[in-house]
Amino acid sequence: MAIKEIEQDFIRPPQPPGPMRWIKENLFSGFINSILTVLLFPAIIYLLYQISKWVLFGANWQAVSQFPMLFAVGQYPRDQIWRVGFIFSGLMFMLGISWGRWGGLLKSIALAAGSLLLLIAVLPVQHPQLDMTMRIYLGSTILLILVGYLIGNKTRLKNATIIAGWFVIPTIGIVLLAGFEASERIPPVQTTLWGGLLVTFLLAAGGIILSFPLGVALAFGRRSDLPVVSGFSTVFIEVIRGVPLVTILFMFSIILALFLPVESRIDRLVRALMAVTVFSAAYSAENVRGGLQSVPLGQIEAAKALGMGKLHTTVFIVLPQALRAVLPAIVGQFISLFKDTTLVVIIGINDFLGIGRSIINSDPEFVQMRTEVYIFMAVVYWIFSYLMSLASRRIESAMGIESNL
Amino acid sequence: MSDKPIIHCTGVHKWFGDFHALRGIDLDVYEGEVIVIFGPSGSGKSTFIRTINRLEEHQQGEIIVDGIELSHDVRNIELIRMETGMVFQQFNLFPHLSVMQNVTLAPIWVRNLPKEEAEEKAIELLELVGIPEQAHKFPGNLSGGQQQRVAIARALAMEPKIMLFDEPTSALDPEMIKEVLDAMIDLAKSGMTMIVVTHEMGFAREVADRMYFFDEGVIVETGTPDEIYKNPQEDRTKLFLSQILQH
Repeated sequence: MAIKEIEQDFIRPPQPPGPMRWIKENLFSGFINSILTVLLFPAIIYLLYQISKWVLFGANWQAVSQFPMLFAVGQYPRDQIWRVGFIFSGLMFMLGISWGRWGGLLKSIALAAGSLLLLIAVLPVQHPQLDMTMRIYLGSTILLILVGYLIGNKTRLKNATIIAGWFVIPTIGIVLLAGFEASERIPPVQTTLWGGLLVTFLLAAGGIILSFPLGVALAFGRRSDLPVVSGFSTVFIEVIRGVPLVTILFMFSIILALFLPVESRIDRLVRALMAVTVFSAAYSAENVRGGLQSVPLGQIEAAKALGMGKLHTTVFIVLPQALRAVLPAIVGQFISLFKDTTLVVIIGINDFLGIGRSIINSDPEFVQMRTEVYIFMAVVYWIFSYLMSLASRRIESAMGIESNL
Repeated sequence: MSDKPIIHCTGVHKWFGDFHALRGIDLDVYEGEVIVIFGPSGSGKSTFIRTINRLEEHQQGEIIVDGIELSHDVRNIELIRMETGMVFQQFNLFPHLSVMQNVTLAPIWVRNLPKEEAEEKAIELLELVGIPEQAHKFPGNLSGGQQQRVAIARALAMEPKIMLFDEPTSALDPEMIKEVLDAMIDLAKSGMTMIVVTHEMGFAREVADRMYFFDEGVIVETGTPDEIYKNPQEDRTKLFLSQILQH
């Protein structure tokens, strides 16, 4: 009988605490905690009140709200702006397809982006840059997201096709942005005119996509048995990691131009991209190398024992496990890369931050509003950095469930 | 039993730095034989079995597997590895791949088998080791015994002529040892040539053709299970057997 009763006790699962219990356990669990709660609660309320008062009534957002296009694309010719629109809609379309196929975080992002666009499209304000054409464009982009969702959800499009789309559409877009020498309808647009978020995203996305394979290659290079390869990789990694990004940007933008003949001069933006890529690759390489070292020897022996050669062992066994192990570090590296792109200002590229600074400096009146401008820019950087961080965590937990590593 | 050994080792020496791990091993295995190697830890038994598929390199002597001599020739090494399957003490399943992918990876990429064919075969092998229902799980979700049986299926998927087992039950909880041994006994009875490093004396008694007692890098004694158990000749063998058979 006694044993039966004990079993009964064990069968009942622990009850989730009610709201009163939660407050008692978390806010008033002891004398000191109670005092802290009593003191901090009004302080927090007061702080929030002051912040919202300033944001809504005290601050003057004119320097931000007057130039949405400038923040978005810089000096890109306004009569050619449809090219940027093409990239943006294309990416939103891909986002819609990916939402339809994979859901999860992509769904949240697609819904957030769609709602934001809808909000802007129906904003009841008079703004010279928010004319009827713009509102119709925003509306049709929302439609594109929804069409994409249906395509992703209802058709049997291959996953690989969707991923390829993420690369093909921006590539076409960038070619379009640059324009064609001989064309009259799509004339070339010098990269000196590109700017704003457009350039920030180009540098960050380009840097991430290019630096990752380079970093993996350098990581393997450093472990190579060939002294030339490992020596080169080691020197490359250590030199790049040993100097500030500013130096590398200067090197690529000025010194590289001095060495190369004038006619073969590489575009300024491309040079900046090269600098960012090289910098990020050196750091990624060390992250990946850490991952490679974490793969147990037994894994490689098992692959060998099955008759698998070096290439197959690397591609199927070592690399997937190494990258899983260091995914958080690599995403962290990408987030810093995204923020580091702000340094291109010093070589005269007007990225998002650069546009903000030039707006502030363009008018004494705007100098007064620099706090507002910087806060706005900080929020934008934070949103995208946080999205990357969220994506990383989702990927990690998805992998965790799959493999129980 | 054919007249030519499928594995032929003469005078195999191996040093780890200054440590002389194998001191002249002579051992022949004929097709269809089941060989059990036992001995105290550090006796070189694992090292020896690992030289057969070149996970360890021997520095002196001759190892010929299925007519192919083990040398520095990488192609020879890969050929021999395709002929020999290996099962490890720590299973060494690929944790990022499903059971099915673990079993089909090498057949698809090394033997160039079409995916469907490899998967059909994998199902057969998983049935053989008694876990067809686990095919789409990941190794981390299986018990140790199940993992080791997947490892056996993975090795068999390459259709090896020889199976090497390096202490396959040493890392298992007691209640899981039997399921792995049963799979190995089935395999032995199907005529597979096997070299097994193990202290599972019941297994040895049931299927071993010959047993080798290793100590300090040499073969101290060899014989049939009956000879070894009932009438060991060497003192070291007697001492060791008394230690492991005590309980």
